[in-house]
Amino acid sequence: MKPPVPQEYDQWLEQLQTVDFVLTELQLYLDTHPSDPQALQQFRAWTERRRLIAGQFEAQFGPLEATGGARSLHHWDWVESPWPWQV
Amino acid sequence: MFTQQKRYYPYVSPYDPCAPIRQKFYQTPPELYLGFQPPGLPQYSAREALARGTLWPALYSPYGKSSREAQR
Amino acid sequence: MWIYQKKLQYPVRVSQCNPRLAKYLIEQYGGADGELAAALRYLNQRYTIPDRIIGLLTDIGTEEFGHLEMIATMVYKLTKDATLEQLRDAGLGEHAADHGPALFYHNAAGVPFTATYIQAKGDPITDLYEDIAAEEKARATYQWLIDMSDDPDLNDALRFLREREVIHSQRFREAVEILKQEQQQKHFF
Ligand SMILES: [Fe+2]
Repeated sequence: MKPPVPQEYDQWLEQLQTVDFVLTELQLYLDTHPSDPQALQQFRAWTERRRLIAGQFEAQFGPLEATGGARSLHHWDWVESPWPWQV
Repeated sequence: MFTQQKRYYPYVSPYDPCAPIRQKFYQTPPELYLGFQPPGLPQYSAREALARGTLWPALYSPYGKSSREAQR
Repeated sequence: MWIYQKKLQYPVRVSQCNPRLAKYLIEQYGGADGELAAALRYLNQRYTIPDRIIGLLTDIGTEEFGHLEMIATMVYKLTKDATLEQLRDAGLGEHAADHGPALFYHNAAGVPFTATYIQAKGDPITDLYEDIAAEEKARATYQWLIDMSDDPDLNDALRFLREREVIHSQRFREAVEILKQEQQQKHFF
């Protein structure tokens, strides 16, 4: 049986969900406002923040995408961490 | 500004078997009013945006127990 | 193509084991105005809409799959480890006879999902009006679900999903305005 995720998992996950949500909102907005320079600038800034947070999340809790797997030479870490509906 | 909930007063017949609800409500959320979203609208902080489900206060539509209780 | 991200769009928490609520929530899983219908509708309309709108249909359609996963998570958590008696008492006996503990794409009354829930007319305005109506119908469904649920944690996620329908409706309304714009006149001298 897999051990439950550590306590910090929830806070990290919510941080990631927060940046991803801002990006989703800006993305849909830009789909109908493709030349709003302020929104474009914001999107770029949040993309950079997302890269950092996702990197830290994956280092602690495993890959977010299958292509980010195989960090370990010994086991396929994509299938090791619990799935989103399980946590 | 606009309200996001409107009420109406349905006809009540003396022959209605269920206890009458004298005021009924329906929702009129912000997308009915905003038009093409103008650039530069005020935004929530990122954390609050996630909690509310939108980045923009102009598009926030509260709904919950209070909306139901208003129907009593 | 699509790439899966191993996380939900929004945290889903459930306070109690309550299979009855799961039975209602299935409406948004395999029902007429549910998240599956939404995703399939928008992603299918993409091929015959002006280029200017394709990105929006693609991105909203993709977000709907994320919502589908949130609804599945709610159903999963509300029924996980429930006994057959509990399922039966919650009105899920008929469901369990066919599917056991599995999820299935049907509505709250058990009617299986059908492609007739969605439409594509190949007329851009017609399709966008269908999409606006679909978002408003999904919003209304979430309102009934919130009204019927007394699980505060669950309602938090349902309110999030309801708000997303507001945003999607807003963007589709903007798409209509974009298509109404007069074309740039070509000047011939
Ligand atoms: Fe939607």
